Amino acid sequence: MNKHNFFYFIREGAVNMFSHGFMSFAAVGITVACLLIMGTFTLVAVNANAMLADLESKNQMLAFVDKSLSEQEARALEKDILAVDNVTKATFISNEEAAKTFRGKYEDDELFQGLPDDNFRHRYAIDLADIGYMRQTKEALEALPGIGKGNVNAYEDEAAGFITIRNVAGVVCVALIAVLLVVSVFIIANTIKLTTFDRRDEIAIMKMVGATNGFIRWPFVYEGFLLGLFSAVIGFFLQWGLYEAVVRSVATNDTINLITVVPFENMWTYVAAVFAVAGMLIGVGGSLSAIRKFLQV
Amino acid sequence: MCIIYKCSILSFLRDRFSEYFGLAGREGYGMIRLTDVVKEYPNGTHALNGLSMEIQDGEFVFMVGPSGSGKSTVIKLLIGEIEPTEGRVMVNGFSLRNIKEWQVPHLRRTVGIIFQDFRLIEHKTVYDNMVFAMRAVGAGPKEIKKRIPYCLNLVGLENKSRRLPSELSGGEQQRVAIARALLNNPSTIIADEPTGNLDPARSLEIMRLLERINALGTTVLVVTHEKDLVNRFDKRVVMLERGRVVSDGFGYYGRRAL
Repeated sequence: MNKHNFFYFIREGAVNMFSHGFMSFAAVGITVACLLIMGTFTLVAVNANAMLADLESKNQMLAFVDKSLSEQEARALEKDILAVDNVTKATFISNEEAAKTFRGKYEDDELFQGLPDDNFRHRYAIDLADIGYMRQTKEALEALPGIGKGNVNAYEDEAAGFITIRNVAGVVCVALIAVLLVVSVFIIANTIKLTTFDRRDEIAIMKMVGATNGFIRWPFVYEGFLLGLFSAVIGFFLQWGLYEAVVRSVATNDTINLITVVPFENMWTYVAAVFAVAGMLIGVGGSLSAIRKFLQV
Repeated sequence: MCIIYKCSILSFLRDRFSEYFGLAGREGYGMIRLTDVVKEYPNGTHALNGLSMEIQDGEFVFMVGPSGSGKSTVIKLLIGEIEPTEGRVMVNGFSLRNIKEWQVPHLRRTVGIIFQDFRLIEHKTVYDNMVFAMRAVGAGPKEIKKRIPYCLNLVGLENKSRRLPSELSGGEQQRVAIARALLNNPSTIIADEPTGNLDPARSLEIMRLLERINALGTTVLVVTHEKDLVNRFDKRVVMLERGRVVSDGFGYYGRRAL
């Protein structure tokens, strides 16, 4: 492509975009709508994932230390516990603290109030990196001297529940985003096809005078690119506004303010990049698929 | 004996090579040459049934015939829009039987095409229509500035370059289409019913213009069914019927039956 053609293609792309204003407006509107739907769904999924991760992190294991070990010996086990794969944190709880917590939990029941501290064992509250490996971690901890088999409490059923939720949510999320993406490309390709249909005579004339398919395609590619970019910019700011509005309403609502929302500032670069790439790909892809039919002259 | 044998092998190889790559040496061929061409459309219509004809460099030829005689199919074949089912088609050194898709634009640059309905872009001025056609073949700004005024001058429209097609008469629009066909300095002009939308006076004007272009060395093929107009010119007339050439001679329709 020589430099005359390069500038010509860009100018033609931009001029075509404005000279077919209504169709461009329709294409931008639909792209923005599709980006917003996809973006909103993705942000909801990101927040749900963050909440699940938060809940997962609260799903701890308890490793009971052998009764024969003194508190000092029990505390010394921390290093070995932290050396086990998948363990991110080990918090020591002495038998006195455990007894106090237990009594506090059943303060209305006199039967438990008289229990001596010796009945309780020193223990570790253990946080895991991935609860999917809970069983393997439990086995590794039980293999440690000073803990032993059967002395690790792991809430495997709850962990399995979280994993199922996470997996189902992940699959649903990916499937919905993929479906939305395909639908978006289809709608946009059809919208651009209408704009191209509007210009089939121009394309036929270009073919007639000996223009190559590449030459005919380029202005449409630039036009699709520019339409996609415009849509991405508009979509990004609308998405930001929408998200902030939801965050504000969550913060002010007494019933749902327990939900923690990921701040948009933490994600804006990703959102901007994804919108820009998706917008441009949809624009260019839509243009290319739309023009293909009209090149068969 | 050995030399003759060697030469025929070389010529055989050259022909096969040319055919394979869709290119044929101009030597020994007319500008346009159709040999035993058969065209059958997918719906079973036999548009051409063994048509053969040749148009030499610099000739002016009328192609006439009733509707359904195969005139439009011949034009489509000549500009690479369709391929022959059988036979050989050569245009300006391109063999169209095996022409590759990427070669079609190059073939079309050697052929200027004029249609009955002018095919101008309505929202572009005369000048911009011309720029559009030159840009499409990758011409640079200098070439464009030089060539467009020359072609508009040739068709007598140099003063109307800033007008929109809708502001011109039918005859003027057809002259713009002729100027556009001339832009890339084609070896051949193919005009498909160029006077179909014009009154007799404008039709004559357009034919005289094509005659002048032919006098400058460009081969001209005019497809028409206007008997009176054809008979006013002492030119070669090829008549088609049912996909074959039924007469080929000078003067008027069917003067020399085959």
